[in-house]
Amino acid sequence: MAKQYKTPAGVAFDVTNYLFLGLFALVSVLPFLYVIAGSFASDAELTKRAVFLIPETFSLAAYKFIFSTDTIIRSIWVSVYVTVVGTIVNLLFTVTMAYPLARKGLMGRNTLLNLIIFSMLFGGGMIPTYLVVRELHLLDSFWALILPGAISAFNLIIVKNFFQELPPELEEAAKIDGCTELALLWKIVLPLSMPVLATFTLFYAVGHWNNFFSALLYINDPSKWPLQVMLRQIVLLSQAAAGDLNNMDPNFVKPPEQSIKLAVIVVGTIPILLVYPFLQKHFAKGVLIGSVKG
Amino acid sequence: MKQAAASHHREISHKTSVRRPSVLGRLRKDKWMYLLLTPGVLYFIIFKYVPMWGVLLAFQNYQPFLGFWKSEWVGFEHFRVFFENPEFFMLFRNTLLLSLYNLLFFFPAPIILALLLNEVRISIFKRSIQTLIYIPHFISMVIVASLTYVFLTTEGGVINELLNKYIGTKIDFLSSPDWFRPMIIIQTIWKECGWGTIIFLAALAGVDVEQYEAAIMDGANRWKQTWHITLPSIRSTIVILLILRMGHVLDNGFEQIYLLLNPLNREVAEVFDTYVYMVGITQGAFSYSTAVGLFKAVVGVILVFGSNWLAKRFGQSGLY
Repeated sequence: MAKQYKTPAGVAFDVTNYLFLGLFALVSVLPFLYVIAGSFASDAELTKRAVFLIPETFSLAAYKFIFSTDTIIRSIWVSVYVTVVGTIVNLLFTVTMAYPLARKGLMGRNTLLNLIIFSMLFGGGMIPTYLVVRELHLLDSFWALILPGAISAFNLIIVKNFFQELPPELEEAAKIDGCTELALLWKIVLPLSMPVLATFTLFYAVGHWNNFFSALLYINDPSKWPLQVMLRQIVLLSQAAAGDLNNMDPNFVKPPEQSIKLAVIVVGTIPILLVYPFLQKHFAKGVLIGSVKG
Repeated sequence: MKQAAASHHREISHKTSVRRPSVLGRLRKDKWMYLLLTPGVLYFIIFKYVPMWGVLLAFQNYQPFLGFWKSEWVGFEHFRVFFENPEFFMLFRNTLLLSLYNLLFFFPAPIILALLLNEVRISIFKRSIQTLIYIPHFISMVIVASLTYVFLTTEGGVINELLNKYIGTKIDFLSSPDWFRPMIIIQTIWKECGWGTIIFLAALAGVDVEQYEAAIMDGANRWKQTWHITLPSIRSTIVILLILRMGHVLDNGFEQIYLLLNPLNREVAEVFDTYVYMVGITQGAFSYSTAVGLFKAVVGVILVFGSNWLAKRFGQSGLY
């Protein structure tokens, strides 16, 4: 088996392949490394050296400046709040709906499943949904970022299928022991579903943290903007003031626009990079549960 | 009444006893199940089915102060105006071209990357590469757009600084119509290509090892093994994903396009979704933009069913 890899052509291919894959992986993370390095650099350095990964000067001025007002801090809190509450709502809604739908004998189950699948194919679209949110007086409320996406039909069906595949003997045994329906869900089904639920918790949470579209549609009040909208204002539109010189030490020199932008990008990226190691353990499994079988 | 409640109570505690055939009885027996269903059902009614009914706005001259019931019905007037609008052709062309480029340049990328990764025999190297190439998938579109901006801006962007240093010229990527489509495709490849390998790697892991051993006995080299064993083994996965993609040709991803869209590149950048947002939300033309959205949704449904029909004709199990 190993012999064929040792021919000159085989070795040449391996070397090229390893180099290419290494390069691809590097390109995946290089932008972050540059942005982190650049956010600590001085103005002079940013104009002098186009490309660097280790800054010569190490300055926290950009971070001091963006945290000098509560603009960024407030939007971080909005994002954290929406992520935590939103994910809880997602899980609660998804599980409570998936569990009854997993029972084959339930009356009306097929009708409901067909209606859910239909909603994946055809939707009212942006404007009718916007008008529903407006009629419910949810505009400028954090619930507008949570409720319209409370269930992902796709995730719901995956969780339902998972519940359905749990061995029915467990259920029968629990019932003989006098377990009620709700106790069965809480004490037996949920603990057995932890790997799936962990995957969806992480996917839902990342979705909330990264969500820009809902806030763009439903939140007009700048004091309620989540971090993603704030990022766009500062980096792409250069419109929002991230800091205030009046709050700073009189000797403080305003950092260059570029390093302020880089610092804001770092702030927006760090949380994901921090949870990534935890995510990674689960997602491959989660993706494959939901994928089409080849 | 009391008796009924008592017998009902007994029924619940003896689930395994004979099932009552009556509708009311079944409702009662599963009352906890229906209670659990309530929030989810309400969600689907309010946020999925009411908006579906709301597409009727497309056939009205909806006035917010008159409301749905009192607004005037105008039939297909908004559709006529839209199809006669020269912007219609621009939107259609931009939407389709972006999808076509995606299909040509992005779709094969994860397959090739997965095949290359599959040739790696040092498992620690393989796992490290995988860890790194999945990262961009989890980064928000706003951050990706911000990175694009920071790297490409003519005012101190890394790429332009380098161009200036070595070629002596700068390119205004961000507002040049010529660069918009390549920028979008490269963004997509950078963000999703690594993540896209997961499903192909899973398919590759399922290939029977004995086939390779037999092929080696017959003198097949690595390239021949890839061509005659590996690729045919993952063909069904490729076909299914391709068909899924075909069903969503009109969806370009609102956030990605919206974030890079500006008045200077609008002629190539505006697509159905961004147009609906601009006309509907920012200009308040609810009925007209609902009509545009409905047109897109209907074509989308036709494409989904069409591609599913194709899938079945190709001998795949179909998706729905």
